[in-house]
Amino acid sequence: MDRYAALGGIHLRGVIQVTGLRRSAAFTGSGQPVTEGVAGFLLHPLVSSVESCNTGLMYGNDFSAPDDAPGGGLLGEVEAAEVALREAAARARRGGPAPEEDLEAYFVDVIDADQKIEPRDWMPEAYRKTLIRQIAQHAHSEIIGMQPEGNWISRAPSLKRKAILLAKVQDEAGHGLYLYAAAETLGISRDELVELLLNGRQKYSSIFNYPTLTWADVGAIGWLVDGAAIVNQVPLCRCSYGPYARAMIRVCKEESFHQRQGYEILHTLAHGTPGQKAMAQDAVDRWWYPSLAMFGPPDGDSTHSAQSMAWKIKRFSNDELRQRFVDMCVQQAEILGLTLPDPDLRWNDDRRAYDYTQPDYDELMQVIKGNGPCNRQRMEHRRRAHADGAWVREAAAAYAAKRAEQKEKVAA
Amino acid sequence: MTEQSPLWEVFVRARRGLSHTHVGSLHAPDAELALRNARDLYTRRQEGVSIWVVPAGAITASSPDEKDAFFDPAADKVYRHPTFYEVPDGVAHL
Ligand SMILES: [Fe+2]
Ligand SMILES: [Fe+2]
Repeated sequence: MDRYAALGGIHLRGVIQVTGLRRSAAFTGSGQPVTEGVAGFLLHPLVSSVESCNTGLMYGNDFSAPDDAPGGGLLGEVEAAEVALREAAARARRGGPAPEEDLEAYFVDVIDADQKIEPRDWMPEAYRKTLIRQIAQHAHSEIIGMQPEGNWISRAPSLKRKAILLAKVQDEAGHGLYLYAAAETLGISRDELVELLLNGRQKYSSIFNYPTLTWADVGAIGWLVDGAAIVNQVPLCRCSYGPYARAMIRVCKEESFHQRQGYEILHTLAHGTPGQKAMAQDAVDRWWYPSLAMFGPPDGDSTHSAQSMAWKIKRFSNDELRQRFVDMCVQQAEILGLTLPDPDLRWNDDRRAYDYTQPDYDELMQVIKGNGPCNRQRMEHRRRAHADGAWVREAAAAYAAKRAEQKEKVAA
Repeated sequence: MTEQSPLWEVFVRARRGLSHTHVGSLHAPDAELALRNARDLYTRRQEGVSIWVVPAGAITASSPDEKDAFFDPAADKVYRHPTFYEVPDGVAHL
């Protein structure tokens, strides 16, 4: 276990202390609950990532004092982001820019001071466009992301699992709606956003173009896909655009349940029959590399990064976040008793991080271009669902109009 | 395609004794559906005991980038704060 020295006793202590508090009562029913020590670890990052990602400065003591911070790890970061948001608001400059002040200078000033840009503030057109593109793509991902797991709702192995999966998929719909609402504050309408998804002009995360072949895939998605999403999204809680940052805080708090339910499914299977364990291993084998690809192309090939960093939309590079994710997963896989499908995965003492095999970025590009295993199916399904729902929207609008008319008559 | 349903701003009272706080917005054809959607969207985890929905169009907002300093009149009236006043030593209950 000494190669986990980087995880540090700090986290172990934190885990032991918090698990009892944070374990959902719903999981204490039938089935095998997640081992006590594991549950608390799920959202816990490596201490070394604090050093290597320069988060030490940014997050101060959030990691090193788990004893008095029940929400340690990534959840602790979400809470810290929320506190920072409130603090930034408290020291906000009064009112808007001074009469003679340059609007662009004021915008830069607000961002430099780690304060939030709000919908009616002046902002560079490129900032607005970048945010619309990113938030919309994020919203579309939540909506399309309901399909792979939705596929298993009717076949979940127990009523408990079915209820949990339904709640999870419903959460994803909610995430999509929070994010659409955040994008709309930038001056684009919901109808336009829906249209951009349906006609393929805006993308969603490639990960959802992979199929869910077995029940274990639902576990692997929760653990790895939601896990990767959380690593990506936690820094977005500090994004410079207020409505996006606030939406992300909400989303991240809900995501922690998603990751745990997935981990619990895998843990149960991995400790079941040999057949169940093999099914869990197969799911991890198939989802590992696509999950690594979720962080996007390597830093050298990433097109939008530098400007987004300067605007504090993005806080860490793709590779930094990917590394952070790998470092978190290794120990979690070990407790599952499953192997990550990478023979070259090993601890690098100099880097204080794991060396690992990169995902196939050519495959990623192919999937983004529309050639993944399920691209067409996902889009067809979304278009059909939207078209099939048209009569509901029409009926609700007609009913609202009729009632408004009746009210007018009564008033007249 | 039907016309887009109007936008509503949602305010939730988290617990008795607290004021309603803005939590986000949503689309709905009428107030009743807006309220139901708000319940499903913003209080799935018992985040509230009361919800207000307000048509977004009914809100008039001050503009943060208004060049004429809208909030300036309040800036030079420090005497509105108790800290402005000097309290002689030994005075209690003031
Ligand atoms: Fe989500
Ligand atoms: Fe999720």
